[in-house]
Amino acid sequence: MVTRGFSSGRRPPTDDDARIPPGQYLEQGFPVLSAGPTPRVRTEDWSFTLKHGPRPIKKWNWAEFNALPLTKMTRDIHCVTAWTKFDTPWQGVLVDDILADAGLEPPTGFTLAHAFDGYTTNVPVKDLTGGKAMVALLYEGEPIAPDHGGPARLLVPHLYFWKSAKWLNGLQFTTRDEPGFWELRGYHIYGDPWREQRYTGDP
Amino acid sequence: MSAVAAVQSPWQTAGIVRIEKRTPRVTSFFFRPSRPFAYRAGQHVDVRLTAPDGYQARRSYSIASAPETVGAIELAIEKLDDGEVSPFFHEVAAIGDEIELRGPLGGHFVWPEDVGGPLVLVGGGSGVVPLMSMARHRAARNSTVPVVLVFSARIWDEVIFRDELIALDDRRDGFDLVLTLTREAARRPADYVRRVDVAMMAQAMARLPEPPGLAFVCGSNAFVSVAAQALIDAGVAAGNIRTERYGV
Repeated sequence: MVTRGFSSGRRPPTDDDARIPPGQYLEQGFPVLSAGPTPRVRTEDWSFTLKHGPRPIKKWNWAEFNALPLTKMTRDIHCVTAWTKFDTPWQGVLVDDILADAGLEPPTGFTLAHAFDGYTTNVPVKDLTGGKAMVALLYEGEPIAPDHGGPARLLVPHLYFWKSAKWLNGLQFTTRDEPGFWELRGYHIYGDPWREQRYTGDP
Repeated sequence: MSAVAAVQSPWQTAGIVRIEKRTPRVTSFFFRPSRPFAYRAGQHVDVRLTAPDGYQARRSYSIASAPETVGAIELAIEKLDDGEVSPFFHEVAAIGDEIELRGPLGGHFVWPEDVGGPLVLVGGGSGVVPLMSMARHRAARNSTVPVVLVFSARIWDEVIFRDELIALDDRRDGFDLVLTLTREAARRPADYVRRVDVAMMAQAMARLPEPPGLAFVCGSNAFVSVAAQALIDAGVAAGNIRTERYGV
């Protein structure tokens, strides 16, 4: 339905329309969105735990985690609130390298990411492995600011950005695809921006 | 995906039935959805504009009206000069226009009255909009849940819903309004002239008969960061603070 009096002339300029998923607009800044206050997690208190169901498989402290191989990943990111940001430069540990360090083959097809503030989000294993996702430790070469999820956040850039959990402290393999925080509150179970899967049941 | 879920809140058309200027920068648009829906105080809708060439722009706007309101849904939209959607509403949209929207959306920044309280609501600028829905919901229910609303605006004339909020405050039924202006002198004796801080939060909470069960904070990211930290420093558990940020 065409909206009377609305034209695409208001659209912010972009150098590459093909990189912007449907319903998104190009953002130059880096907006901050979260469901609660920003937790201040000190690296000396930080840890990351890999779990299978309730059972811990391996736990790393900050120094141990930073000793894992670091990979650079520069990606476009897409927030469900409709902004897209091009070429965000991250460094961190690929989920592949975390699993390798734990000597673990994915025991199930699904995961729940956990965060220090109690936040959770579900991501299928196939969207985390094969170089697709990392636990990011640096943004633009610097420690990630607390507002943006530091010390460490999940980075799954091909899904809406609520899947890239801030203040990450664990990854749990689950038998079934269990909805996380926003997925229980009306947001899509998978969240592919190119299919515009914003809310529950969007095709 | 494990199960096929029903599409939540599909797109529908809604006619603009009323337009009311609230402040120099904020105007309320009242929409009558073709398929009316129930919502909870604090929820939002997505609005979608489509250009003749097929280009679409989509934004989320909080609902200002109470769930008990019959008929039109009120969205109070602030004009952002470099925006794409808000200037359309302020400069082009007229009564009788049909707009596409979907809702209700959002399941966290919500306060159904039966959840109880006491509540601390903290809004900066147009961040007051979802809090207004909560205040109106409370009034519509004749609720006795103690609520204090701290509303920060730059100047007196930018206090959105000012007369209505003062009228709610004057009922003395357990709803307390605290205004703080950042660029102009206070007009009411107990109001503040500064940015929100921990002392202001502590004094606001002292107006409640017991510590708050929940706090809702809405505004720009900078505002929400400061206000949420001030609440934590004033003794509110982080897990009891729900935030909604414009992003920037």
